[in-house]
Amino acid sequence: MTRKLPKITVWRAIFAAILMSGLYATYLRVFYGLGGSTNLSDKFPWGIWIAFDVMCGVGLAAGGFTLVAMVHIFNIEKYHPILRPAILTAFLGYSLVVVGLLYDLGRPDRLWHPLVMWNPHSVMFEVAWCVTLYSTVLFLEFLPVVLEKFGLHKPLQWIHKISVPLMILGVLLSTLHQSSLGTLFLIVPEKLYPLWYTPILPLLFYVSAIAVGLAMTIFESWHSSRAFGRALELPLLMSMGRVLAVVLSVYLWIRFLDLSHRHAFALLAQNRIETWLFLLEIALMVVPMVLLYQQRIRSSPGKLYACAVMVVFGFITNRLNVGSTGLEAGSGTHYIPKWSEIAITLSIVATGFAIFRIVGEYFPIFEAHSVETAPAGMEEREAEPIEVS
Amino acid sequence: MSKAILYDSTLCIGCKACEGACAERWGLPYNDKIAAEETISAHKLTAIETHGDKFCRRLCMNCVQPACVSVCPVGALQKTALGPVTYDADKCMGCRYCMQACPFQVPTYEWSSRLPKMRKCNMCYERQSAGKPTACAEACPVGATVNGDRDELVAEAKRRLAEKPDQYYQKIYGIQEVGGTSVLYLSAVPFAQIGLRTNVPEEPLPETTWRVLELVPDIVSTGTVLLGGIYWITNRRTEVAKKEGRR
Repeated sequence: MTRKLPKITVWRAIFAAILMSGLYATYLRVFYGLGGSTNLSDKFPWGIWIAFDVMCGVGLAAGGFTLVAMVHIFNIEKYHPILRPAILTAFLGYSLVVVGLLYDLGRPDRLWHPLVMWNPHSVMFEVAWCVTLYSTVLFLEFLPVVLEKFGLHKPLQWIHKISVPLMILGVLLSTLHQSSLGTLFLIVPEKLYPLWYTPILPLLFYVSAIAVGLAMTIFESWHSSRAFGRALELPLLMSMGRVLAVVLSVYLWIRFLDLSHRHAFALLAQNRIETWLFLLEIALMVVPMVLLYQQRIRSSPGKLYACAVMVVFGFITNRLNVGSTGLEAGSGTHYIPKWSEIAITLSIVATGFAIFRIVGEYFPIFEAHSVETAPAGMEEREAEPIEVS
Repeated sequence: MSKAILYDSTLCIGCKACEGACAERWGLPYNDKIAAEETISAHKLTAIETHGDKFCRRLCMNCVQPACVSVCPVGALQKTALGPVTYDADKCMGCRYCMQACPFQVPTYEWSSRLPKMRKCNMCYERQSAGKPTACAEACPVGATVNGDRDELVAEAKRRLAEKPDQYYQKIYGIQEVGGTSVLYLSAVPFAQIGLRTNVPEEPLPETTWRVLELVPDIVSTGTVLLGGIYWITNRRTEVAKKEGRR
C-alpha cells in the first residue's frame, strides 16, 4: 500500500491540473462564447465537443445496453457480476455527454427545447429524445444500487416489477440512437470523405458501438480490479473477448463489403491524411480481432486488456474521422481544436473516472459474494492464479 | 406560387449595391471594411465574390427541399409556401446542425456572442409577404439580381440562354442541385469557375436521412417483439431447468 502512495499522488496532481485548466476554459466559454473558447468557424461548426464528447461518449457507454441485453434478455447469467459496473459506466457516460452538450450548444439554457418543439424529420431530434429517455432508463437501472445501499426495500420491489419492459426499452433506445449518430452524417454526402460516407453508416455505428461496449467492459473491469484490489473476473472476460472478436469480424466484414461495393478502395492509393487515418482506424480493429481469436492472448489479463484498449482507440479514431477529420477537406478548411476545447474534454473524462472511483467505493457495484466464492471455483480451472498488476 | 431570385453573373458589375441594401434591411453595419469582405458571415448575409473579371453573389439558396429545415431538431427553420426559408431565433438552441448540413455552407453563427444566433438570408420574407421585391433585387442597378416567381424566372433564364448562346454557359445553376433551389444562377463560364459548388448531389438532401428515420417505427415494433420473445424463451428455459433440478 505504501508503495502505491506516490503513484496516486502523481495521478491526483495530474487530475487537479486538468480540472484547473478545465475551469479556466469554462470561464472562457461562459464569458467569451464559443468564439473565445473554440476554433470552430462558419465552415467548420462541429469540433471535438461533438466528435469526441458526444459521439465517443455515447459509444463508450454502450457497454450498458450490450450487457443488459446479454444478461437479462439473452439470459446469459454468468455475465451478471460485471453488469452493474457496466450500467454505472453507461449512466456516467450519458450524464457526461449531457455536460459536453452544455458546453457545445450555443444556447445551453435551451437544452430542453427538442422535447417540446418537435421536428420528427430531424435525426438530432430523434437522438435528443432517445438520449433523454435512455438516460432515464439507465437511472432506473442503476437506482437499485442506491436503494440497496440505504436498505429501501419497498421501492426496490417496485423497480423490480417494471425491470423487464425497462430493459427491453433500454436496448431499443440504444439501438436507435447509437445508429442515429451515424445517420446524422448522411446529410453531408458532399462533405464527408468517401472512405467514411456510406448509406449504411447507421449500421456501422451500431455494430461498432456493440464492439466498443464489450471492450469498455473489459477495460473497466481491469481498472476497477486494480483500483479496488479485487480479483479479476478473468474467465468471464475471456469469453467476452471471444464475443468481441466475433463482433469485430462482423463489423470489419460489413465495412469491407461496403467499401468494395462503393469501389472506394481505389482511394487508398492516394497519399492523403484521410488514407492514413483510415488505415490507423482499421488496424486498431484488425489487430485486436486477430489477437483475440487466440486462447493464449485471451487468457492473459494484460494482453486481453491491451486488445480492449486497441478497440477503444480504434473506435475513437473512427468517430473522430467521421465527426471531424473526414469533414475537413469537404468543408474546405482545417480544424485543430483550441487548448480550451481539449482542456474541457479532458476534464470531463477525468471527472468520469473520479466519480466511478467514488461510487465504486461507497456503493454495492461489485457483487461481494461472487467475488469471494465464484472466482475461487473458477480459478481452479485456470492454470495459474489471476495476477493483475 | 413560390418566389425566387435569379442572379445573372454576366450582368453583374460588382457594385455591391445588393450588399448595402441587405445590411440596411437587417440593420447591420456596413462600411468599406465590411464591403471588402468576400465571404458571408453573421454580419454580412450576402457577399459579392470576385473571380478574375467575373463576379458571383453568395446568399442563402433557400432550397426547395432544404437540408437545414429537415435537420433542425426544434423546427426553428421553416420552408415557407412563399419560398423563403425562415428562422425563428427564439426556438434555436445552437446545435449548429443546420450549418453542418447545408451543402452551400450558408448558415453562419454569432461566434463571439454569449447568447448567439444563427444568421442567414431569408430572401426578405417580410418584404415578399407584403408584395415587395427583395432588398437586393430592388437595389441592383443593372438587373443582375431579379426577384419573381420561380417558374417565370426559370423560363426567363432559359430565354437568355437561348437568345445569347455564346455569352452563357448553357446551364442554370439551381434547377437540379439538391433537388432545386430558390436562387438561380447564370454564368458565362462553368459554375465551378465562379466558386459555386458543383459536387452537390441532385437528390434532395433530406431524403438521405429520412430513408433511415422512417424505419424507426418498424425497428421499435419489430425489436419489441423480438427482444420480448427472446426474453420469454430464454427465461422459460431456466425456469424449466430450475423446476426439473428441484425434482
